Amino acid sequence: MDISTAKTIQDTLHQAKEGVGSDWIMHHILDSHELEIAPFGSIHLPHLSLFGLDVSITKNVVFLWIVAILLIVAFKIAANAYKKSLVPHGFANFMEVLIVFVRDDIAIPSIGKGYEKFLPYLLTVFFFILFSNFIGLIPNGTTITSNLAVTSTLAVFSFIVIQAGGMIKNGVFGYFKGLLPSGVPAWLLPVMLIVELLGLFTKPFALAVRLFANMTAGHIVIFSLIGLIFFMQTYFVAPVSVAFALFIYLLEILVALIQAYIFTMLSALFIGMAVHQEH
Amino acid sequence: MDFAFLAAGIGAGLTVIGGAFGIGKLAASAMDASGRQPEALGDIRTSMIIAAALIEGISLFALVICILLALK
Repeated sequence: MDISTAKTIQDTLHQAKEGVGSDWIMHHILDSHELEIAPFGSIHLPHLSLFGLDVSITKNVVFLWIVAILLIVAFKIAANAYKKSLVPHGFANFMEVLIVFVRDDIAIPSIGKGYEKFLPYLLTVFFFILFSNFIGLIPNGTTITSNLAVTSTLAVFSFIVIQAGGMIKNGVFGYFKGLLPSGVPAWLLPVMLIVELLGLFTKPFALAVRLFANMTAGHIVIFSLIGLIFFMQTYFVAPVSVAFALFIYLLEILVALIQAYIFTMLSALFIGMAVHQEH
Repeated sequence: MDFAFLAAGIGAGLTVIGGAFGIGKLAASAMDASGRQPEALGDIRTSMIIAAALIEGISLFALVICILLALK
Protein backbone atom coordinates (compact mmCIF):
# COMPACT_ATOMS: atom_id res chain seq x y z
CA MET A 1 0.00 0.00 0.00
CA ASP A 2 1.69 3.24 -1.06
CA ILE A 3 1.55 6.60 0.63
CA SER A 4 -1.20 8.09 -1.54
CA THR A 5 -3.61 5.19 -0.88
CA ALA A 6 -2.90 5.41 2.83
CA LYS A 7 -3.64 9.13 2.77
CA THR A 8 -6.88 8.57 0.85
CA ILE A 9 -8.03 6.02 3.43
CA GLN A 10 -7.15 8.41 6.25
CA ASP A 11 -9.03 11.27 4.60
CA THR A 12 -12.11 9.11 4.08
CA LEU A 13 -12.10 8.02 7.71
CA HIS A 14 -11.55 11.60 8.85
CA GLN A 15 -14.44 12.82 6.73
CA ALA A 16 -16.59 10.01 8.00
CA LYS A 17 -15.76 10.92 11.58
CA GLU A 18 -17.15 14.38 11.04
CA GLY A 19 -20.47 12.81 10.24
CA VAL A 20 -20.56 10.01 12.77
CA GLY A 21 -21.89 10.68 16.22
CA SER A 22 -25.30 10.66 17.79
CA ASP A 23 -26.68 12.43 14.70
CA TRP A 24 -25.64 9.61 12.40
CA ILE A 25 -27.19 6.98 14.63
CA MET A 26 -30.36 9.04 15.08
CA HIS A 27 -30.64 9.57 11.33
CA HIS A 28 -30.86 5.82 10.84
CA ILE A 29 -33.24 5.20 13.73
CA LEU A 30 -35.75 7.98 13.19
CA ASP A 31 -38.30 8.45 10.45
CA SER A 32 -37.27 10.46 7.40
CA HIS A 33 -38.72 11.84 4.20
CA GLU A 34 -36.29 9.92 2.00
CA LEU A 35 -36.25 6.29 1.01
CA GLU A 36 -32.65 5.09 0.88
CA ILE A 37 -31.57 2.34 -1.48
CA ALA A 38 -28.00 2.01 -0.38
CA PRO A 39 -25.60 1.86 -3.30
CA PHE A 40 -27.81 3.76 -5.71
CA GLY A 41 -29.14 6.80 -3.92
CA SER A 42 -32.32 7.89 -2.26
CA ILE A 43 -35.86 8.58 -3.36
CA HIS A 44 -37.39 11.76 -2.00
CA LEU A 45 -40.88 11.15 -0.71
CA PRO A 46 -43.69 13.69 -1.07
CA HIS A 47 -44.77 16.04 1.70
CA LEU A 48 -48.57 16.04 1.92
CA SER A 49 -50.77 17.96 4.26
CA LEU A 50 -54.45 17.47 5.04
CA PHE A 51 -56.32 20.28 6.88
CA GLY A 52 -53.05 21.41 8.43
CA LEU A 53 -52.10 17.93 9.63
CA ASP A 54 -48.90 16.47 8.29
CA VAL A 55 -49.84 13.31 6.40
CA SER A 56 -46.73 13.18 4.22
CA ILE A 57 -45.56 9.83 3.02
CA THR A 58 -42.45 8.97 5.00
CA LYS A 59 -40.17 5.94 5.12
CA ASN A 60 -42.25 4.31 7.84
CA VAL A 61 -45.49 4.79 5.86
CA VAL A 62 -43.96 3.10 2.81
CA PHE A 63 -42.83 0.17 4.91
CA LEU A 64 -46.23 -0.03 6.64
CA TRP A 65 -47.76 -0.52 3.20
CA ILE A 66 -45.08 -3.07 2.26
CA VAL A 67 -45.76 -5.09 5.43
CA ALA A 68 -49.52 -4.91 4.87
CA ILE A 69 -49.21 -6.08 1.25
CA LEU A 70 -46.84 -8.89 2.30
CA LEU A 71 -49.30 -10.05 4.97
CA ILE A 72 -52.22 -10.07 2.54
CA VAL A 73 -50.23 -11.93 -0.15
CA ALA A 74 -48.78 -14.47 2.29
CA PHE A 75 -52.12 -15.36 3.80
CA LYS A 76 -53.91 -15.40 0.46
CA ILE A 77 -51.39 -18.02 -0.70
CA ALA A 78 -51.79 -19.97 2.51
CA ALA A 79 -55.59 -19.86 2.36
CA ASN A 80 -55.79 -20.92 -1.26
CA ALA A 81 -53.68 -23.99 -0.55
CA TYR A 82 -56.52 -25.33 1.59
CA LYS A 83 -58.88 -25.38 -1.39
CA LYS A 84 -56.92 -28.14 -3.03
CA SER A 85 -56.47 -30.49 -0.10
CA LEU A 86 -57.06 -30.54 3.62
CA VAL A 87 -53.41 -31.30 4.32
CA PRO A 88 -51.25 -28.33 3.36
CA HIS A 89 -47.84 -28.56 1.78
CA GLY A 90 -45.00 -26.09 1.53
CA PHE A 91 -45.61 -22.48 2.48
CA ALA A 92 -49.11 -23.08 3.80
CA ASN A 93 -47.72 -25.82 6.02
CA PHE A 94 -45.24 -23.37 7.52
CA MET A 95 -47.96 -20.79 8.14
CA GLU A 96 -50.10 -23.48 9.74
CA VAL A 97 -47.37 -24.25 12.28
CA LEU A 98 -47.34 -20.62 13.42
CA ILE A 99 -51.12 -20.22 13.37
CA VAL A 100 -51.65 -23.39 15.40
CA PHE A 101 -48.96 -22.17 17.81
CA VAL A 102 -50.84 -18.91 18.36
CA ARG A 103 -54.12 -20.76 18.83
CA ASP A 104 -52.94 -23.59 21.09
CA ASP A 105 -50.27 -21.89 23.15
CA ILE A 106 -51.51 -18.31 23.35
CA ALA A 107 -55.26 -18.06 22.78
CA ILE A 108 -56.66 -21.20 24.42
CA PRO A 109 -54.63 -21.17 27.67
CA SER A 110 -55.22 -17.44 28.23
CA ILE A 111 -58.81 -16.95 27.07
CA GLY A 112 -60.29 -20.42 27.39
CA LYS A 113 -63.92 -20.63 26.36
CA GLY A 114 -64.93 -18.17 23.63
CA TYR A 115 -61.44 -17.73 22.24
CA GLU A 116 -62.65 -17.92 18.63
CA LYS A 117 -63.90 -14.33 18.66
CA PHE A 118 -60.50 -12.97 19.60
CA LEU A 119 -58.31 -15.29 17.55
CA PRO A 120 -58.39 -13.17 14.33
CA TYR A 121 -57.15 -10.10 16.22
CA LEU A 122 -54.40 -12.07 17.99
CA LEU A 123 -53.25 -13.66 14.75
CA THR A 124 -53.18 -10.28 12.99
CA VAL A 125 -51.15 -8.63 15.73
CA PHE A 126 -48.72 -11.53 15.99
CA PHE A 127 -47.97 -11.72 12.28
CA PHE A 128 -47.88 -7.96 11.81
CA ILE A 129 -45.26 -7.52 14.53
CA LEU A 130 -43.33 -10.59 13.34
CA PHE A 131 -43.19 -9.43 9.71
CA SER A 132 -42.31 -5.83 10.58
CA ASN A 133 -39.54 -6.88 12.96
CA PHE A 134 -38.00 -9.14 10.36
CA ILE A 135 -38.25 -6.60 7.55
CA GLY A 136 -36.38 -4.17 9.80
CA LEU A 137 -33.45 -6.58 9.89
CA ILE A 138 -33.03 -6.66 6.11
CA PRO A 139 -30.49 -4.13 4.76
CA ASN A 140 -32.29 -1.00 3.53
CA GLY A 141 -35.37 -1.95 5.53
CA THR A 142 -36.73 0.08 8.41
CA THR A 143 -38.38 -1.31 11.50
CA ILE A 144 -41.77 0.31 11.71
CA THR A 145 -42.23 -1.10 15.21
CA SER A 146 -39.30 1.01 16.38
CA ASN A 147 -41.59 4.02 15.94
CA LEU A 148 -43.54 4.85 19.10
CA ALA A 149 -46.57 5.93 17.04
CA VAL A 150 -46.94 2.49 15.43
CA THR A 151 -46.58 0.57 18.68
CA SER A 152 -48.96 2.96 20.45
CA THR A 153 -51.53 2.32 17.72
CA LEU A 154 -51.18 -1.44 18.24
CA ALA A 155 -51.57 -0.91 22.00
CA VAL A 156 -54.69 1.22 21.44
CA PHE A 157 -56.16 -1.58 19.31
CA SER A 158 -55.41 -4.06 22.09
CA PHE A 159 -57.02 -1.71 24.61
CA ILE A 160 -60.17 -1.41 22.49
CA VAL A 161 -60.40 -5.20 22.02
CA ILE A 162 -59.87 -5.81 25.76
CA GLN A 163 -62.51 -3.30 26.89
CA ALA A 164 -65.01 -4.23 24.18
CA GLY A 165 -64.57 -7.94 24.92
CA GLY A 166 -65.01 -7.40 28.65
CA MET A 167 -68.00 -5.09 28.32
CA ILE A 168 -69.82 -7.24 25.79
CA LYS A 169 -69.42 -10.30 27.97
CA ASN A 170 -70.10 -8.76 31.38
CA GLY A 171 -72.13 -5.63 30.61
CA VAL A 172 -70.69 -2.14 31.05
CA PHE A 173 -71.49 -1.79 34.77
CA GLY A 174 -70.79 -5.45 35.49
CA TYR A 175 -67.36 -5.09 33.92
CA PHE A 176 -66.36 -2.27 36.25
CA LYS A 177 -67.84 -4.10 39.20
CA GLY A 178 -65.84 -7.17 38.27
CA LEU A 179 -62.62 -5.17 38.34
CA LEU A 180 -62.78 -5.05 42.14
CA PRO A 181 -61.58 -8.25 43.76
CA SER A 182 -63.98 -10.02 46.12
CA GLY A 183 -63.38 -10.26 49.84
CA VAL A 184 -61.95 -6.76 50.18
CA PRO A 185 -62.82 -4.59 53.24
CA ALA A 186 -65.21 -1.75 52.38
CA TRP A 187 -62.87 1.11 53.23
CA LEU A 188 -60.34 -0.25 50.75
CA LEU A 189 -62.76 -0.30 47.80
CA PRO A 190 -62.25 3.29 46.49
CA VAL A 191 -58.48 2.84 46.49
CA MET A 192 -58.80 -0.50 44.72
CA LEU A 193 -61.10 1.05 42.13
CA ILE A 194 -58.63 3.81 41.33
CA VAL A 195 -55.73 1.36 41.20
CA GLU A 196 -57.61 -1.00 38.89
CA LEU A 197 -58.73 1.84 36.60
CA LEU A 198 -55.15 3.10 36.35
CA GLY A 199 -54.04 -0.46 35.69
CA LEU A 200 -56.41 -0.60 32.71
CA PHE A 201 -54.38 2.15 31.07
CA THR A 202 -50.86 1.31 32.19
CA LYS A 203 -50.95 -2.25 30.87
CA PRO A 204 -51.40 -1.32 27.16
CA PHE A 205 -48.96 1.58 27.66
CA ALA A 206 -46.35 -0.92 28.86
CA LEU A 207 -47.08 -3.08 25.81
CA ALA A 208 -46.35 -0.16 23.50
CA VAL A 209 -43.17 1.00 25.24
CA ARG A 210 -41.80 -2.54 25.65
CA LEU A 211 -42.00 -3.25 21.91
CA PHE A 212 -40.69 0.19 20.93
CA ALA A 213 -37.77 0.12 23.37
CA ASN A 214 -36.70 -3.43 22.47
CA MET A 215 -36.62 -2.72 18.74
CA THR A 216 -34.93 0.68 19.05
CA ALA A 217 -32.32 -0.48 21.55
CA GLY A 218 -31.23 -3.38 19.34
CA HIS A 219 -30.76 -1.16 16.32
CA ILE A 220 -28.88 1.49 18.30
CA VAL A 221 -26.43 -1.15 19.53
CA ILE A 222 -25.79 -2.41 16.00
CA PHE A 223 -25.25 1.10 14.65
CA SER A 224 -22.97 2.02 17.54
CA LEU A 225 -20.79 -1.02 16.98
CA ILE A 226 -20.44 -0.33 13.26
CA GLY A 227 -19.92 3.37 13.90
CA LEU A 228 -16.96 2.46 16.16
CA ILE A 229 -14.95 1.84 12.99
CA PHE A 230 -15.40 5.45 11.91
CA PHE A 231 -15.04 6.85 15.38
CA MET A 232 -11.75 5.06 16.07
CA GLN A 233 -10.41 6.22 12.71
CA THR A 234 -8.84 2.84 11.91
CA TYR A 235 -9.82 -0.22 9.90
CA PHE A 236 -8.16 -2.60 12.37
CA VAL A 237 -11.15 -2.45 14.68
CA ALA A 238 -13.36 -3.71 11.81
CA PRO A 239 -13.08 -7.51 12.47
CA VAL A 240 -13.99 -7.07 16.15
CA SER A 241 -16.73 -4.59 15.32
CA VAL A 242 -18.30 -6.74 12.61
CA ALA A 243 -18.10 -9.88 14.76
CA PHE A 244 -19.87 -8.20 17.67
CA ALA A 245 -22.41 -6.64 15.34
CA LEU A 246 -23.11 -10.08 13.83
CA PHE A 247 -23.67 -11.53 17.29
CA ILE A 248 -26.03 -8.70 18.18
CA TYR A 249 -27.81 -9.23 14.86
CA LEU A 250 -28.49 -12.88 15.74
CA LEU A 251 -29.73 -11.75 19.14
CA GLU A 252 -31.98 -9.26 17.34
CA ILE A 253 -33.59 -12.08 15.36
CA LEU A 254 -34.38 -13.85 18.63
CA VAL A 255 -35.70 -10.63 20.17
CA ALA A 256 -37.92 -10.03 17.11
CA LEU A 257 -39.59 -13.42 17.61
CA ILE A 258 -39.86 -13.06 21.38
CA GLN A 259 -41.36 -9.55 21.25
CA ALA A 260 -44.06 -10.63 18.79
CA TYR A 261 -44.88 -13.55 21.09
CA ILE A 262 -44.88 -11.40 24.25
CA PHE A 263 -47.15 -8.71 22.79
CA THR A 264 -49.65 -11.29 21.59
CA MET A 265 -49.49 -13.31 24.79
CA LEU A 266 -49.98 -10.33 27.07
CA SER A 267 -52.88 -9.09 24.92
CA ALA A 268 -54.47 -12.54 25.17
CA LEU A 269 -53.86 -12.61 28.93
CA PHE A 270 -55.54 -9.21 29.42
CA ILE A 271 -58.45 -10.26 27.19
CA GLY A 272 -58.84 -13.42 29.26
CA MET A 273 -58.78 -11.42 32.50
CA ALA A 274 -61.40 -9.00 31.14
CA VAL A 275 -63.73 -11.65 29.73
CA HIS A 276 -63.54 -14.23 32.51
CA GLN A 277 -63.45 -11.90 35.48
CA GLU A 278 -64.20 -14.49 38.10
CA HIS A 279 -60.61 -15.80 38.05
CA MET B 1 -22.56 22.61 34.30
CA ASP B 2 -24.15 20.01 32.10
CA PHE B 3 -24.87 16.80 33.95
CA ALA B 4 -27.20 15.24 31.40
CA PHE B 5 -24.63 12.87 29.86
CA LEU B 6 -23.32 11.84 33.26
CA ALA B 7 -26.83 11.17 34.50
CA ALA B 8 -27.67 9.15 31.38
CA GLY B 9 -24.57 7.01 31.78
CA ILE B 10 -25.05 6.33 35.48
CA GLY B 11 -28.74 5.64 34.94
CA ALA B 12 -28.09 3.13 32.19
CA GLY B 13 -25.49 1.37 34.31
CA LEU B 14 -27.78 1.06 37.33
CA THR B 15 -30.59 -0.22 35.11
CA VAL B 16 -28.36 -2.91 33.68
CA ILE B 17 -27.34 -4.00 37.19
CA GLY B 18 -30.98 -4.40 38.24
CA GLY B 19 -32.05 -6.17 35.08
CA ALA B 20 -29.11 -8.55 34.98
CA PHE B 21 -29.54 -9.43 38.66
CA GLY B 22 -33.22 -10.20 38.17
CA ILE B 23 -32.78 -12.28 35.04
CA GLY B 24 -29.79 -14.11 36.57
CA LYS B 25 -31.86 -15.14 39.57
CA LEU B 26 -34.64 -16.23 37.21
CA ALA B 27 -32.28 -18.35 35.11
CA ALA B 28 -30.82 -19.96 38.26
CA SER B 29 -34.27 -21.04 39.47
CA ALA B 30 -35.12 -22.35 36.00
CA MET B 31 -31.93 -24.45 35.97
CA ASP B 32 -32.71 -25.85 39.43
CA ALA B 33 -36.28 -26.67 38.48
CA SER B 34 -35.36 -28.38 35.23
CA GLY B 35 -32.67 -30.36 37.04
CA ARG B 36 -35.22 -31.67 39.51
CA GLN B 37 -37.79 -32.58 36.88
CA PRO B 38 -36.35 -32.93 33.37
CA GLU B 39 -39.78 -33.76 31.86
CA ALA B 40 -41.01 -30.23 32.56
CA LEU B 41 -38.15 -28.64 30.62
CA GLY B 42 -40.36 -27.32 27.80
CA ASP B 43 -42.82 -25.54 30.11
CA ILE B 44 -40.03 -24.15 32.26
CA ARG B 45 -38.21 -22.83 29.22
CA THR B 46 -41.33 -21.08 27.91
CA SER B 47 -42.11 -19.47 31.27
CA MET B 48 -38.48 -18.43 31.66
CA ILE B 49 -38.46 -16.65 28.31
CA ILE B 50 -41.71 -14.85 29.09
CA ALA B 51 -40.48 -13.67 32.49
CA ALA B 52 -37.12 -12.59 31.03
CA ALA B 53 -38.85 -10.51 28.35
CA LEU B 54 -41.03 -8.80 30.96
CA ILE B 55 -38.04 -7.97 33.20
CA GLU B 56 -36.14 -6.73 30.17
CA GLY B 57 -39.13 -4.51 29.33
CA ILE B 58 -38.72 -2.72 32.64
CA SER B 59 -35.01 -2.10 32.13
CA LEU B 60 -35.73 -0.79 28.65
CA PHE B 61 -38.20 1.76 30.08
CA ALA B 62 -35.28 3.21 32.02
CA LEU B 63 -33.06 2.98 28.94
CA VAL B 64 -35.53 5.11 26.96
CA ILE B 65 -35.39 7.79 29.66
CA CYS B 66 -31.56 7.69 29.60
CA ILE B 67 -31.54 8.10 25.82
CA LEU B 68 -33.89 11.06 26.12
CA LEU B 69 -31.52 12.62 28.65
CA ALA B 70 -28.47 12.04 26.49
CA LEU B 71 -30.12 13.60 23.47
CA LYS B 72 -31.38 16.78 25.12
